[in-house]
Amino acid sequence: MIITRKKPEEALLSMLQGAKRVAIVGCGSCAAACQTGGEKEIGEMKAFLEARGFQVAATVLPDECCHKMLVKRDLKVLRGLDVDAVVGLACGDGVQTVADNVDLPVYPANDTLFLGQVERVGIFHEYCRMCGDCVLGVTGGICPVTRCAKGLVNGPCGGQRNGKCEVDPENDCAWVLIYRRLEKLGKLDALLSPTGGRRPAAHPAHLNLREVRK
Amino acid sequence: MSRLQRALEQGQFAVTAEMAPPKGADFRPALETAQVLRGKVHSLNVTDMQSACLKASSLGLCTALRQAGFEPILQMTGRDRNRMALAADLLTAAAFGIDTVLCLTGDHPAVGDCRDAKPVYDLDSVGILELLRELEAGRDCGGNPLTGEAPRFFGGAAATPVYDPLPLQIARLKRKADAGARFLQTQAVFSAESLLPFLEGVDRAGIRVPILAGIIPLKSAGMAKFMNEHVPGIAVPQSQIDALAAEKAAGGSPARLGLAMAAELVAELRERKLCAGVHIMAIGAEKSVPGLLEMAGVHICEETAPVPRAEASSEGGNHE
Ligand code: SF4
Ligand code: SF4
Repeated sequence: MIITRKKPEEALLSMLQGAKRVAIVGCGSCAAACQTGGEKEIGEMKAFLEARGFQVAATVLPDECCHKMLVKRDLKVLRGLDVDAVVGLACGDGVQTVADNVDLPVYPANDTLFLGQVERVGIFHEYCRMCGDCVLGVTGGICPVTRCAKGLVNGPCGGQRNGKCEVDPENDCAWVLIYRRLEKLGKLDALLSPTGGRRPAAHPAHLNLREVRK
Repeated sequence: MSRLQRALEQGQFAVTAEMAPPKGADFRPALETAQVLRGKVHSLNVTDMQSACLKASSLGLCTALRQAGFEPILQMTGRDRNRMALAADLLTAAAFGIDTVLCLTGDHPAVGDCRDAKPVYDLDSVGILELLRELEAGRDCGGNPLTGEAPRFFGGAAATPVYDPLPLQIARLKRKADAGARFLQTQAVFSAESLLPFLEGVDRAGIRVPILAGIIPLKSAGMAKFMNEHVPGIAVPQSQIDALAAEKAAGGSPARLGLAMAAELVAELRERKLCAGVHIMAIGAEKSVPGLLEMAGVHICEETAPVPRAEASSEGGNHE
């Protein structure tokens, strides 16, 4: 899931300077789970903006705000409305997808943080940096690219103390976790197998399954 | 050929001493320190922004040392440079006749004194060792041919003997050895006993690389306690901390006692043939290293000692 966090109110208000009539677009998927773009948050945003003197002309909640066709369909309700800005309550991808579909300034109400696991409601942990060359098969299902602060794929640095990372002692050393897990699985041999190269992807990346299938 | 390499191949007890470049633009004090170590150690090992604290570059001081007739060991971490910058620095080092390289992953900027710096880690220590081999094969980091004679390196890596779980450390070392590490330099050890389980693991894993034991002469009980609490892989025995505190209470010099304890350990490591040599990290007290070695009874063989080389500065840049 894409983990997002609300921007400070002042940051949003400074972006909205000069706007009067706004539309709010949320996201029924990740942002809803992150409590940054679901029905409840859209309602709160509406009340907040109205209290600051804005008129909220429309609110839209696409099932997924990163889906271009879906967003295009759902944003039809904005046609003919006199709106001078859109507030996006989604991740950065969702906000851009809204911008792709309207000729209006679109302002992000959230900061997009990471791709994470939902441990339980409201608790998220970064688990994958989307390196494009997944090594989980030889690391006991624990990602060193993400969960090691240095992204080391060939084993640990010398910096762990009592299983905690030198960079932030709040974090477990990913390599100690990997070691313990491989030990439990009886697969410690994997520690010596090359884990493959981490290739920083060139951006922006694209994937076209239609071309792949051809 | 690297003097350290020659000493190790001849089976001499190798001695290297660590030095840090200044946090500033004046190399003179560092060069003066080096003069004190002339003829006392095989090589001077120059740190690359240790603890992620900004300093002048290792390559810069290594070049100055080389031109003054010393054998420097270049430390290269992957923290600040991507593979291109690392390869460029390694070629530059080779052009100046610097061939001994300690390959390190590097402390994270978050623990240093420029905390907003972007960490790079394009390559870790294993990756840098592999890069040395690529350059030696006449290829750059993109597989493109280098011009002129290919450089030759003597690459090494670091080890942490006091590490839990130890098998994880050994597996990592195996990767370093397989990637071409030809010497290993350990985190500081304070007793021969603390090295034994590590050496056994190294042996069992079939890692046949000469090991230089790291030595830090303790200056005070406070320093020892601080390191125990804050520096990963450091375990100063309580008896040594007590002895340093007692020395201070008796009005003596804990620093001198620390030096004597370090000398005793060096002598013991050599006598028991536990390691191929030592790497002394005096942390600012480099000038006391000759005294430490004297107490330990370690004299390096003249033949491989750094000697002034008038031709040193003309040696570089002639590969084309
Ligand atoms: S190795 Fe880690 S970052 Fe890369 S794809 Fe797998 S989980 Fe994601
Ligand atoms: S302590 Fe462990 S998790 Fe932290 S940077 Fe080193 S290897 Fe990675």
